Amino acid sequence: MYDFAYHKPANVADAAKLLAADGEAKALAGGQTFIPVLKQRLNKPSAVIDLGGLGLSGITLAGNTLTIQAMAKHGAVAASAEVKKAISALATLAGWIGDTQVRHRGTIGGSLANNDPSACYPAAVLALGATIKTNTRSIKADDFFQGMFTTALEPGELITAVEFPLPVEKSAYEKFRNPASRYAMVGVFVAKGPAGVRVAITGAGQNGVFRHAEMEAALAKNWSPEAIVGIKTPADDLNSDIHGSAAYRAHLIGVMAKRAVVAAG
Amino acid sequence: MGFEGIGASVKRKEDGRFLAGRGNYVDDMRQTGQLHAVIKRSDRPHAKILSIDTAAAAAAPGVVAVYTGADMAAEGIGGLPCGWQIHNKDGSPMAEPPHPVLAVGKVRHVGDSVAVVIAETRQQAKDAAELLVIDYEDLPAIASVRDAVAPGAARVHDEVADNQCYDWHIGDKAIVDAAFARAKHVVKLDLLNNRLIPNAMEPRAAIGDCDVAGNYTLYTTSQNPHVIRLLMGAFVLHIPEHQLRVVAPDVGGGFGSKIYHYAEEAIVTWAAGKLRRPVRWTAERSESFITDAHGRDHDSTAEMALDEAGNFLALRVRSLCNMGAYLSTFGPAVPTYLYATLLAGVYKTPAIYAEVRAVFTNTVPVDAYRGAGRPEATYLLERLVDTIAHDTGLDRVELRRRNFIPADAFPYQTPVALQYDSGDYVATLESALKAADWAGFPARRRAAAARGKLRGIGMSTYVEACGIAPSHVVGSLGARAGLYEVAEIRVHPTGSVSVFTGTHSHGQGHETTFAQLIAAQLGVPMSQVDVVHGDTAKIPFGMGTYGSRSLPVGGSAIVKAVDKIIAKGKKIAAHLMEASVDDIEFKDGKFTVIGTDRSKALAEISLAAYVPHNYPIDELEPGLDETAFYDPKNFTFPGGCHICEIEIDADTGVPHVVNFVAVDDVGRVINPMIVEGQVQGGVAQGIGQALIENAVYDSAGQLVTGSFMDYNMPRADNVPNIHVGTETTLCTHNPLGVKGCGEVGAIGSPPAVINAVVDALSDYGVRHIDMPASPQKIWSIIQAGRPALAAE
Repeated sequence: MYDFAYHKPANVADAAKLLAADGEAKALAGGQTFIPVLKQRLNKPSAVIDLGGLGLSGITLAGNTLTIQAMAKHGAVAASAEVKKAISALATLAGWIGDTQVRHRGTIGGSLANNDPSACYPAAVLALGATIKTNTRSIKADDFFQGMFTTALEPGELITAVEFPLPVEKSAYEKFRNPASRYAMVGVFVAKGPAGVRVAITGAGQNGVFRHAEMEAALAKNWSPEAIVGIKTPADDLNSDIHGSAAYRAHLIGVMAKRAVVAAG
Repeated sequence: MGFEGIGASVKRKEDGRFLAGRGNYVDDMRQTGQLHAVIKRSDRPHAKILSIDTAAAAAAPGVVAVYTGADMAAEGIGGLPCGWQIHNKDGSPMAEPPHPVLAVGKVRHVGDSVAVVIAETRQQAKDAAELLVIDYEDLPAIASVRDAVAPGAARVHDEVADNQCYDWHIGDKAIVDAAFARAKHVVKLDLLNNRLIPNAMEPRAAIGDCDVAGNYTLYTTSQNPHVIRLLMGAFVLHIPEHQLRVVAPDVGGGFGSKIYHYAEEAIVTWAAGKLRRPVRWTAERSESFITDAHGRDHDSTAEMALDEAGNFLALRVRSLCNMGAYLSTFGPAVPTYLYATLLAGVYKTPAIYAEVRAVFTNTVPVDAYRGAGRPEATYLLERLVDTIAHDTGLDRVELRRRNFIPADAFPYQTPVALQYDSGDYVATLESALKAADWAGFPARRRAAAARGKLRGIGMSTYVEACGIAPSHVVGSLGARAGLYEVAEIRVHPTGSVSVFTGTHSHGQGHETTFAQLIAAQLGVPMSQVDVVHGDTAKIPFGMGTYGSRSLPVGGSAIVKAVDKIIAKGKKIAAHLMEASVDDIEFKDGKFTVIGTDRSKALAEISLAAYVPHNYPIDELEPGLDETAFYDPKNFTFPGGCHICEIEIDADTGVPHVVNFVAVDDVGRVINPMIVEGQVQGGVAQGIGQALIENAVYDSAGQLVTGSFMDYNMPRADNVPNIHVGTETTLCTHNPLGVKGCGEVGAIGSPPAVINAVVDALSDYGVRHIDMPASPQKIWSIIQAGRPALAAE
């Protein structure tokens, strides 16, 4: 990696100030994407603002909201009794991210801010109609994800928490892993809750996570795996690589969605 | 102390330090005043180097030196040598273009070494390397063997026409053609053997050092330090042996990729001499992908001529094989003498003719990788046999059985040079069929179908040649080295023993197996035995570890040295006990006067040898320290039967190996636990090749699978519990009767896996599927086959 200045602020305000003051500074949450990128010299930040001193790792269940703070690690979400009680599919999803080492460093806020097109969390956040809380505002999931590695976050804006509306009546996540990287090649999160019936697909789209309107409509009418059999996903906007053509991914969306509906019960 | 002799599953002596993180690897070493080398790699597949401006890099903080190919050429540094010369059909030698240590004039693959930056810290060297200004003129790249032989293809080396390294053949073409002319059936199959990237856990590393007197030391991740000393000292840097020490300490896996002499070894040694400071280099993983020699990469056509009853009459094979951009140390030997000579397999096919054309491409050099040539031969044959069964309707087990070389036919001379000394292919077949419950498969297939899974079973029956190798044979075949092995046994005054071996352990467990041998043969507890390897200053000139040779060749040298120790010990014992030498027997660590209770323990004899007060000093030298060289009379021929059972998720195409049985004949087994581990590791790599691993270059010559994000290594969930069994016939020509077990897993398994995949997809009209059988590829077959299936 290249040399950089290192700061570890103790509160969100200081972190935001440091980031706002320096356009070349980058925030470090769990670092499970960022550190490898630094090691490969693919990124040359002037400063790394380590968010590890902010706290912000709590998970709370209050009223009709499950709140997961931004620095909660995947392993903590996977193990959380609150998450399992409120939205068990979300705990399952977190438990399937990466490996044990990744799950003990990677954070929900870091994953969402990075918006890797093959990350798992965006599918859950979008399907569950969650709200992203930042140091300055609240952003609806539908407005947050804006394409591959692109979000609605402004420079200096930091995610502080994610709020999931409850009760979630049905939900499940199914993931087809890239055989090499084990990232989601196709991940499908299905949910029926306060945000309605939603189907969010990650890993497959050229523009990152997206909702599958046709499947949502079909499931809204009839929540059953049969309801989505035969729904074809156009391959036009899907990724294609040596592991999976766009057509294969389109097919897998159907398979994974069906399995997710079965799993959701 | 439990039983430690031959046949005991003694736990590995070396694992204590490995498990405690106390191994001593090259990158763990620290030298006073050390400098760090970073090598600037070509990011171009093929380009002219118009200029290299080193000024900014040389002026950067901490930089001590920057060198290019021109600097090395100016000092008369040689290119990296090739250790094997193949001759063309017409008798002319293969094309052997220069392989400069640092590129001169052109770069020929992504990863080619262009310049080295040496600085006080690694960070400074990396920073400075980015300041090198290299002006390239891109040239058309040859990305595959098909590209290399296309009409009008660009040349990888200007002086090599048609990119052809050699056009070689073996066998009798006329007899084979005649057999095809009268054949009842001819079955033909085109198949690819996919290119692999070795990915040893420890990346390569090298440290060069040079003292004030001009004595050099190279610490390197090598499977054969003496070979590196010879090649680098004699051919590249012109350093005499007595002034060059090569140390290969603990090495974290090799699989062949650490046999070869690599540019970085010469660079750090040469630079250490110029700078008179230690110079170190450790590959980053991404460098390993583009500089470690790759494996396999054959494009072949196989044809079998058969009579009415399914007897094999003749085999005809054509293979187009990738050498990469330059000849790696043993690259040319792999698709010839380690491949085509194995094309008889376990079958009595009377006539075989194989043509092998090796070509240069703008890719990383290709060389031996676990199995080296023999997996390619086995895959071709065993896929062809299953395809014969498919096309003719003959049962695949009976077809094999009908064509096996019978157990009473050994020694068996094949039509492709080799003479197998021993084997019993029916025994390994029967044992594997039983362990895999082959007969019960149809019921398991039906049960799987009820769960929506496509279940298939496949087998491979194979033989390989290892224990490499008789020097006069390999010499006549083009090897520029002898392939004997050496051992020195030093019995210390108090009776403990040090074994100095020319082989090298980089995961195989030699410190255990060889100590076990000593325990068995000298009656010395393993705790009193030390196995020394990997340092040319300590060990006699041996050839190292590859081709499953350590036990058959290195172990045989140990036995010969032990014999010398015992012979000398008998003379000392005879003197001490005032008996005739002929009346002394050695057993269980004791020299005894036959028929009496008079005996002397080995420790008493060794003490007498080193404190020769009462000693036959007029007839016998003091000391108890013997060296033996062993040159094998023949290769050894392990063989066996592997059976794979697989389930495919019809919705996604994902294959899952649900059962794997390997029954191998590796000759006498010294440590069953270590053999089982070797077979398991080999099978894991074989499953990797068959289902998962693939080195992919795009048409422009860029490596698409340049990291673990895209290069798929087998993981625990890809590999089932493997049932490992052995059936033993002894090697007839080495003293232990051992055959070698390091490669059998990787050789026998890939066709068993693919045969199972094809079997699972049999309802979908598939005849062959190239490796790796990825989910996407399988899904495509299922998609294409569905309409036909529905129409039935």
